[in-house]
Amino acid sequence: MAAKQKQDAGITHDGVFFAQETLQEMHDQMLFIRRFEEKAGQMYGLKKIGGFCHLCNGQEAVCVGLNHAAMASDYIMTSYRDHGHILARGADATAVMAELLGRAGGVVKGKGGSMHMFDADKNFAGGNGIVGEQVPIGLGFGFSNWYKDDGGVTICIMGDGGINQGAVYESFNMAALWKLPIVFMVENNQYAMGTSLDRASAETQLFKRGISFKIPGMKIDGMDVLEFKKKVAEAIEHARSGQGPILVEAMTYRYRGHSMSDPATYRTREEVDEWRTGRDPIARLESQMIDAGLASEESFKQKDREIKKEVAAIAKAAEAQPEPDASELWSDIYSDPIAGAYPYPGKVG
Amino acid sequence: MSKITYREALNQAMAEEMARDKNVFLMGEEVAEYNGAYKVSQGLLDKFGPKRVIDTPITELGFAGLGVGAAMTGLRPIIEFMTWNFAMLALDQIVNAAAKMKYMSGGQYSVPMVFRGAGGSAARVGAQHSQSLENWLANVPGLKVVMPSNPADAKGLLKASIRDNDTVIFIENEINYGDVGEVPDGEYLIPLGKADVKRAGTDVTIVAHSRMTGFALEAARELAKEGIEAEVVDPRTIRPLDEQTILASVAKTNRAVVVEEGWRFAGIGAEISARIMEGGFDDLDAPVIRVTGKDVPMPYAANLEALALPSVREIVEAARTACGRA
Repeated sequence: MAAKQKQDAGITHDGVFFAQETLQEMHDQMLFIRRFEEKAGQMYGLKKIGGFCHLCNGQEAVCVGLNHAAMASDYIMTSYRDHGHILARGADATAVMAELLGRAGGVVKGKGGSMHMFDADKNFAGGNGIVGEQVPIGLGFGFSNWYKDDGGVTICIMGDGGINQGAVYESFNMAALWKLPIVFMVENNQYAMGTSLDRASAETQLFKRGISFKIPGMKIDGMDVLEFKKKVAEAIEHARSGQGPILVEAMTYRYRGHSMSDPATYRTREEVDEWRTGRDPIARLESQMIDAGLASEESFKQKDREIKKEVAAIAKAAEAQPEPDASELWSDIYSDPIAGAYPYPGKVG
Repeated sequence: MSKITYREALNQAMAEEMARDKNVFLMGEEVAEYNGAYKVSQGLLDKFGPKRVIDTPITELGFAGLGVGAAMTGLRPIIEFMTWNFAMLALDQIVNAAAKMKYMSGGQYSVPMVFRGAGGSAARVGAQHSQSLENWLANVPGLKVVMPSNPADAKGLLKASIRDNDTVIFIENEINYGDVGEVPDGEYLIPLGKADVKRAGTDVTIVAHSRMTGFALEAARELAKEGIEAEVVDPRTIRPLDEQTILASVAKTNRAVVVEEGWRFAGIGAEISARIMEGGFDDLDAPVIRVTGKDVPMPYAANLEALALPSVREIVEAARTACGRA
């Protein structure tokens, strides 16, 4: 009897049952991403991470909820705000941190940095730095799902800034025209860099942006991992079942600036606090689990200590790695280099 | 050998490669039901069906990106731009995505695809439909740029480009589509990155690609009447460039004229001239001379259009000057 009770322990959210271990896993993954990003911010402050660095603190439920709904064989690609997504996809966290630090063991050998994270084994196709660029590329992945008839779905993520690019609508049109199995997902964190949604978008209900292409839209609370997982699973199922593309608007918020160089003076402290303390996805899940008797404040505090320790160890291990070998400057440019033709790899002049 | 047109040669190349590899597909504006704006894809829809020969909306950036994404999954797209003029709308996907994906992903994702279509000047279509942009694309690491000047090269190079595991920019010439030439029957591939000496000579080297190869050969015939034997070298692949063949020719002739249809400033001719200077300075008996398109947008009026383009006469004069016979 006791064993059965344990087996059934969990939370039923809007008709979907989440087992205790799934809830704990989702929580731990979100918290890991949070602490990882905090560490990245810290390392950036110490000038150990260079260039641009876009953190996703606050948006963890979207990353984690999505990956609990998608299959490992599905394709996922996103913009430059990619640390959380590649971690949720299951990439090696030390390799992700090593990439941020420009180390040889980075997920792309130190050649990409924060904005260009890829993990082909996990079907994670970037890490794309030009706003909206990944959307036509995602169209191509979805086309491939259709061409090969492999049963796969492509989840193509953009932001509320990216959705204003023309290429997005070119892609919507072709995806709908050919009924490709694609979930277009907008992470609506309310700001495109410093421009608020209502200053950039005539239609601020972004899930409606597919209407003229006959693409159905869903608006989902991206601060509630259970709700997000449930609804995004429905969207993925829609695409997988051959009904064509669907547009998901994930309502979320980034706690930090657009990038590490952004003090985010375009929004009020009160607004940030309202999301951060009122709607935080990690705190929300923790209180849900405590209410359901599945965990305690102390168990979460203990878990947090463990994760912080783990992240610190990861940062230390990543930092201990060597920089890429100088020969890497010239590798991975061509698959079929042509010997004897100019420019010559490895040679200047 | 068969005598076929440049467009038929391209058509055969695609048909043969599509028959060989089911991952090859053709996509672009009017490529399927209309059989191609320039009829290069004639009959391919009937042969391979609508899944592999796909008409797109007029949406260059979108379908260029589709090709990039599809190639990243192992398909081998042939993306046709009706002309390269329209490919400027797709430059982000070509330059920022296709060219850099392998490098940015630390070698995890390749982009084995061909972007192809008509380039160069056309006839009387004005400034926006008549230009040579190969120098833009040849500037980008990660891309290969191929430009055939005759039907045999068109077939052999396109087949090799489709099989290549990198992104190939394949620029055909709008005015050459109807040219007839001997093309070897059956399996016929020309390796990328290899120039071809189209005419042997001893007195001056003329380097010319695409439609200008024909101009250079005509100039060579004129020059022969004056006792000047010009060697005509067609790079065929612009990037990477077979400079060894060019330098070997210059070592023999000691004089060089570089011809291109595109604009002079920062053009292909500038690069080739620089390479001759860097690699063959001691072989030169005279400065390298460039013959290029004029630095103007292409005008419509027939007389102005002719003035804007390089001419056989200009090539002949440049060769005479290089040989000290002006």
